[in-house]
Amino acid sequence: MTTQRAGVEEELAWRSLSPRLYAVRGAEVAAGTALAAAVSGVAAGLVSGLGVALAAAAVALLAGLTVASFVRRRIRAWGYCERDDDLLVRRGVLVRRLSVVPYGRMQFIDVTAGPVERSFGLATVRMHTAAAASDARIPGLPNAEAARLRDRLATLGEARASGL
Amino acid sequence: MSTVPGSESSEGWHRLHSLSPFVRAGRGVIALVVVLVPSLFTAGKTGSSLGELGVIVVVLVVGIVSWLVTRWRVEGQELRVETGLLKRQSLRYPLAQLQAIDVVRPGLARLFGLAELRLRMGGSTGDQARLAYLPERDAEQLRARLLLLAQGAGDVLPPRSPEDVLVTIPTGRLIASILISRPGLTAESLAAAIIAIAVAAPDVAGAVIGSGVAPALAIFTIVWRRFNQEYRLTVAETRDGLSLRGGLIALTAETIRPGRVQAVRMSEPLLWRLFGWCRLEVAVAGRQRRKGEGAEAGRSLRTVLPVGSRTLALELLDRIVAGVPEELSTPPTRARLKSPLRYHFLAWGFSSDCAVATSGRVRRVTTWVPLAKVQSLRRVEGPVQRRLRLASIHLDTAGRHVRAAIRDRDRGEADSALASLIQLSRRARDAAG
Repeated sequence: MTTQRAGVEEELAWRSLSPRLYAVRGAEVAAGTALAAAVSGVAAGLVSGLGVALAAAAVALLAGLTVASFVRRRIRAWGYCERDDDLLVRRGVLVRRLSVVPYGRMQFIDVTAGPVERSFGLATVRMHTAAAASDARIPGLPNAEAARLRDRLATLGEARASGL
Repeated sequence: MSTVPGSESSEGWHRLHSLSPFVRAGRGVIALVVVLVPSLFTAGKTGSSLGELGVIVVVLVVGIVSWLVTRWRVEGQELRVETGLLKRQSLRYPLAQLQAIDVVRPGLARLFGLAELRLRMGGSTGDQARLAYLPERDAEQLRARLLLLAQGAGDVLPPRSPEDVLVTIPTGRLIASILISRPGLTAESLAAAIIAIAVAAPDVAGAVIGSGVAPALAIFTIVWRRFNQEYRLTVAETRDGLSLRGGLIALTAETIRPGRVQAVRMSEPLLWRLFGWCRLEVAVAGRQRRKGEGAEAGRSLRTVLPVGSRTLALELLDRIVAGVPEELSTPPTRARLKSPLRYHFLAWGFSSDCAVATSGRVRRVTTWVPLAKVQSLRRVEGPVQRRLRLASIHLDTAGRHVRAAIRDRDRGEADSALASLIQLSRRARDAAG
């Protein structure tokens, strides 16, 4: 994977997501993998012998590991950067996306945390503009950082708000 | 302060016209008939007509009550509407956020000389204020007054602003263009299929047509609605902005305020290009569609030119958007590998005020976005694009109807374009205040 990026993204202080997000997503993938391995193993065991059951479970585990590595790369690729006038959010491994959202265009900011995220003390911050296509979402921020970002964005957004 | 004449009550509060509940109920009755007629055909009983009558009476009573408790007035820079019997609502519409005002005259309201005023407000929380119904003359005057107030002028009744008619759509051309448009062609082939079935196998025709009646009706409604809305559409330039008037049964009059335009889209379908025709639509920030709402509620795209030549469209465009870029540049030839069908249409250009991008596979779509209205910018690079050293830039505009994408540019060009678009749109935004 090449990590170098050019243009607007050059020489900026990119912040990455909390390392705890690896644990959150890892737990989610592990739970899914365990379930898939158990179901496929039992099903294969009922239809034929023990050997086939173990093979099916192993395939499920292998698939889980592959997914986990993709998830890992996805988290690593995610980053955000607060510039003077706009917020940059980059994400994506296969399809790389970079969103530029001017502070003045923000309409509201969402902070959400699902049950798993919450138990790890993480939250997702999302900026909304008047455009439906705008897409600036930052998952896996520690609660304190999420609150700081929310307050800062809200202050900047208010200061620079421009009419439609 | 001169006021708009109307049924006046205390302290400048106005009521809606006293025939409003009947006109509204009338529309309800038509809707009921549309819903109930198919069931009458299948059931063949008339016993339920008492129930229908009951429904109509209830609709009428509810309408009269809601008319009794609804009043409105203009208060400084706001339009206030109070309504609701049990849950009293006081709605304030700040005119500074006004995007456009439509005067709508549905068929039944026209019979009584009534009109509905719809105020489109901006912002994500923006709602649509509706005053249904007012006498036609009052509606026109109120519209002019509200527009003037919205521009920050005093509370004075203006003379009817002079207008400069730019174009009226010839009916023959409108019909021809609809016949060869996508919904038109679908409707025609459907009609041809129905006739063919009826001729070839008359005994099964009833069942086939019966089962396909709902989609057929939907398509014919789309075609009809388009014709009905765009019939004799007249575009005129007024002091308030570009005014659009037209319609066959339901007359509408809308004014698009300058500086409220989020994007302009010109589309040229395949068959239309044979005649050099195109269609020009303008996206105005209106209410955003939320979950569970129909497409109509979120409509913010207005047709300025239903059908016309390219030169005419560009002439209108100049009055809507400032600084239209003259020169367009095409993507590198290797983009053909990524977008074989789109390649021959892809181009983009920009000036200090406006960016333009063209795309489309069969139908060419050109989108102009005033840089002051860009909500956010996105750079997207897919796996195929990365292999070809290409990238796309999306300009996000308010709403969800128009998307402008500068597709498949050389990566270096895309990066410098993104950087300059960020700069230019910030400058344009600051200049716009």
